[in-house]
This record gives sequence, structure tokens and C-alpha cells, in this order.
Amino acid sequence: MAELSQTGADRSADSRPFPPGDYPVVVVGSGAGAIQVSYSLRRHAVDHAVVSADPSPGGMFRRWPFFQRLLSWTKPYAPVNRDSPAYERYDWNSLLADDPTQRGIMPDLMDGSSYFPSRPEMELNLATFVERTGTQIRYDCRWTATRHEDGPEGGRFVLETTDGEYRARSLVFAVGVAEPYSPSTPGIELAAHYADTRPAETYAGRRVFIMGKQNSGFELATGLLPWARRIVLCSPSPAKLSVNTRSLVGVRARYAQPFEDHVLGGGVSVLDASIGGIARAEDGADAPFIVTVRPSDGGDEIVLDIDEVISATGFVTPLLDLPDLGVSTFGQARLPAQTPYWESATVPGIYFAGTIGQGSAGLKKHGLPANSGAVHGARYNARVLAGHLAGRLGASRPAGPPIARASLVDTIVGELATGPALWHQRAYLARVISLDASIGPRDEGIVPLAAFVDAVGDDGDGDALAITLEADGSGAIYPVLYLRQAGKIEERVIDADALLRFDTPATRARIAAIVAEAGLG
Amino acid sequence: MRQPTRTEDERQMATRDEIVDQIAGFALFADLTTPQLERIAHMFEEEVFPDGARVLRQGLSGSAFYIILDGEAEVVIDGKQRATLARGDFFGEVSILLGEAPGADIVASRPLRTLVLAGPAVHGVLLDNPPLMYRMLQAQARRLRNANRWRS
Repeated sequence: MAELSQTGADRSADSRPFPPGDYPVVVVGSGAGAIQVSYSLRRHAVDHAVVSADPSPGGMFRRWPFFQRLLSWTKPYAPVNRDSPAYERYDWNSLLADDPTQRGIMPDLMDGSSYFPSRPEMELNLATFVERTGTQIRYDCRWTATRHEDGPEGGRFVLETTDGEYRARSLVFAVGVAEPYSPSTPGIELAAHYADTRPAETYAGRRVFIMGKQNSGFELATGLLPWARRIVLCSPSPAKLSVNTRSLVGVRARYAQPFEDHVLGGGVSVLDASIGGIARAEDGADAPFIVTVRPSDGGDEIVLDIDEVISATGFVTPLLDLPDLGVSTFGQARLPAQTPYWESATVPGIYFAGTIGQGSAGLKKHGLPANSGAVHGARYNARVLAGHLAGRLGASRPAGPPIARASLVDTIVGELATGPALWHQRAYLARVISLDASIGPRDEGIVPLAAFVDAVGDDGDGDALAITLEADGSGAIYPVLYLRQAGKIEERVIDADALLRFDTPATRARIAAIVAEAGLG
Repeated sequence: MRQPTRTEDERQMATRDEIVDQIAGFALFADLTTPQLERIAHMFEEEVFPDGARVLRQGLSGSAFYIILDGEAEVVIDGKQRATLARGDFFGEVSILLGEAPGADIVASRPLRTLVLAGPAVHGVLLDNPPLMYRMLQAQARRLRNANRWRS
């Protein structure tokens, strides 16, 4: 058990769990990512503390999306039972549990008006998971600073909080990509950020200029359609729509209405232009604005008379002083650079979970990112991370269950047909089967595909086969098997099926041929 | 109204401005106007790789087009190092143009900061920016010339 620094009297006065002290691992956050990591660490018997600045579970879902409805669906009626892992394909919002009574919580909390849960329903979903699984979190405990120190058993981190200091060899930050970001456009101080948007009715009859053409910008535009007199959405590059990219890249279909309004001339304008500046048209705090934009195609500068400017330009990762500790970051969201196991690429021992995990991009085949930025992808990352951390902290990795050669094709087909981790984390997470001839095929569990192909995964570097589902932006979803033999990697792409059946005779025959190629036929 | 913060936001925006400034100095983008460069900068994403990380993998499909902003990378074919790439160099376009898997590993030999464009987006960007396509063609012609010299 952790070595505690508080006195007995201190502890008795505060009923919250995890008083400051020494722990093998400290998790920061209380959103979906932190909750899933904590649950999964507990399943691996890894002692850890969880601290959060918030007063209750939910993370970003305690406040956003602004218009109170999620982008991720849960289908109450699906072809499989709700308490089976296979149901996770249809339920993007419930967290993962081994106990069937703790699975598939989301659909029971939805009122039937939409298959996109409302924000309060999602918040309740996470709180219910915490309650049913007995997940412990120390709330109202804000992380304030971080440092590294040498300890009696080597280096360790010190996490300073409003409640005192925590010491741990490993830290897991699941604090979301939640710090509002605005560009340094001249006059940006006159704009409100998405996070500060007012109730929709207060925009009645107003001319609204929205900076940014991603989901948050189109979400605001959708919500303001019944209220605003005019809406202009503007950014330098063209808007992408998910129905065109055939992926989650781009604006989701339910926010596409402003785009249709634009192309049909209804009063919404979607501009590809850089924003030159924002200024008051005249003196006075309530005076309208003049916004100047430069079209990306090189046309003449455009001057717009506007009443409201909203910056829907995204969020950055709230890393506090981690960059000073050596954590390198990249991109507009200031995501930390990470290994395939979500460890800082520059500061070993610091890990990330939840939406920050998208900084570990994986192979990103055909330009399609994994779903690590959303609950339905991050929940599987968290489970893999917990197993990896258990190994790092000294737990011996149990040998994977053996697979009879005669049932190898059935095992692969079954994983493709029902494996939710592969379904949601395409070309990112893989089911690995080791092919050691002396002991026969064994199930090595779920491994990041990037770690497998580079032979740095927890499955080792021996001969093995990895199973994935992948997509290429054409709308097809198809299986890919990777053979790692004598240190060399080769991929075998299997044809897509229009009805997403992965157990057709043709698919079975192809898999059987690949299995034979691996010397297991 | 929200007041601008002067910490992370400004550092972030400096990075965006810096990207436009940096690519403006690369031969590949030399003929583009400022609005075109700003549009390009928004279409690419930044990606970083630690020393030793593989960026492209020989034989694996679905790769992307990369431009090196900082750092160095090695071109490795069948385990043998063949060339070194540095700031301003680009890679990945051959496999995308031919619709084939990369014929080489690209491995970061120093911490590498890149701009990356998804493979399926390359076609549109080249058609929308003929000067960029011409510069890429020039670079390929030089590589072909050098390869022919090496063989002779």
C-alpha cells in the first residue's frame, strides 16, 4: 500500500481517498480517460491514486458540447446483447468493464429522443460507471506543479497539488485537450471563444462571424441558425465533411446544415480566407465590428460588418509545467509527443490517457487518424496502457492463452467480426497471435499496431501475426493481417465486403491461405 | 469579451506563423503567394518523431507525404542506409503518386519535426497548386539524374 505523508488526524478529518503521499502511479483527471485507466489499473492490481480538480466525474462532459448533445452515438437496439463486448461497436459512449453488469451503461440512461446522448446523459453515464465499479477519485484536488527528484529507489516524480505532494514513478495525465486556444489575429481580444459563447437566444437578429470551420464552428452555426440574422464561417482551408471524407475527419453530418444553407444561398456564408483583422466600426463597447478577410484563392480583400465574433479555433492541452520538465509538444493542440504506449517521447515515466492520447498517432494509414480523441477509441487505449504500466512496474506478463492450430482461422474471423477494439481503433490497435513453433500459437492480446510492426510491443519481437481492421477513405472497412517473421514485416490486405461481413467463405479462404503462409496451415 | 492570454496561445500562434515563414523559404513552395502558403499551412499537419522512430515503413501501404521542418532522417532500404534527408527535404510522394507501398524505411536519425499531408490529399493539393507540382517535378528530375549518374 502507498506510504502516506498525512498524519492519522489529517486523514480522519478528510474522508476523500488518496491522501498525498507515495504511490506507484498517480492518475490526474476524472473524465472518461482517467476513469477508464483507473478501472483498468485496478484490474491489473496496480496500486495508484487518482486526483482531480473537479468536484465530480465527467471531465469535459460536465460542460460541453455547448449545445448539450454529443457527436458520438449509442444505439439502444443492436444485433447483439448490450452486456456483451460486441455491443461496444454500437455504443461509443459506455466505458469498458469485465463484469457484464457494469457494461453498456449509456443506453439505459437515454430518453429515446436521439441516438446521440445529451451532455447530461453522458455525464450521468460516467458517474454511474464510477459508482457501479467503485472507482475512487480524490476530487477538488488540483494539480499545480510537477518536478522530478532522486529517491531511494531511483528517480521519481513529485506532483504538487492543492492538497499536498504526491510522489510516483509514473504519472498518467488525462486532463483533456481543454484549454481554449485563439490565434493571434489582430483584434482577437474583441472575439469571444467558443468556451464563452452565450445562450443562443442572445444572438437573435445578430450578424455572427465564426472563426474556424471544424466541428465546433459548425456546431455553433447549427445552434444559431434559428437566431442569427447572418452567419459567416471562415478559415483559410476548405471545410471537410465527414460524409465526403468517409471518416470522422471533417464536420459531422449532424452539423452540416449550415453548409447546405450556404450552398443554397440561405444566408450562411462559408469562406475560404485568412482573417486579416477585427476592429470596432466606431467607438464604444457595444459598437459593431469590421472584419477583413483575404480569400485563399487570391481574390480581393473582403470587409464584413459584424455584430459578434466567435473564435471556434479549438483547444490546447493544459500541460502546466510539463514542457519545462522536458515534455515536447507539437501541432496546434500542443499535444505531447508520445510513444506507441502513450508515454512522453522525451520524458519516460510520464504517460497520457483520454483525448490527449491522440498525440500517439500510430501509422495513420491513408491519412485517417485513430479515434483516440474520442471516448470510443480512448477507452481501448486506456486498457492497453494499464496492462503496459503493470508490466513496467514489475508484474510478470502471463503467457497468452494457447490457440489450437485447427481453430486459428475461426479465432481470426471471430476477432474481425466482433472485436470492438479493432473496430474502433482501425489500423491502430491489433490483436496479436504469437507464432512460436515450439509452443504453438498464443493470444497475446491487444497491442498498438505501430509497436507491433516496429517490434517494440509488449508482445516481444518474435514471429507473430497481427489482426486489424482498416479503412482507406473510400468507405470500405476491410481486414489486414500483418506477418512478422524473422524480423521482417509484411501486410496482407483482405478484400472488403459491402455488408461488412468478415466471415464469408471468400474471407475465410484468404485467411486460411495467410495462416498457411505463416507455416500454420 | 474574453481577454487574450499571453502564454500558450501566443507561443502556439508563433508556431503557425513560423510554419508559413519556414515553408516560404523551401524551394518546393518558392512560387506560391502568401494566401496560398497560409492555405497550405492549414492543410498540412505537424508531426514529430523521436530519434530512431520510423516515419515510413517499407512495404506497408497507406503512407503520407512529409516535408522536414527540422531534424534529419535516413533512407533505409532492406536494412541498408542509402541517403540522409534534412530540413526542406520531402519524402513519401513517390509511393503516393504510384499507388504503391514505400520502397524504403524513413527513420529519424535526430528528433524530427515534419509537416505531413495525407496520401489521398496529395492529388488535390498538386492540382490546385501547379507551381508546387512543377517544383516537385524538378526535384524528381534531379533525383533521376543523380541516380543515372550513380549507375553510370
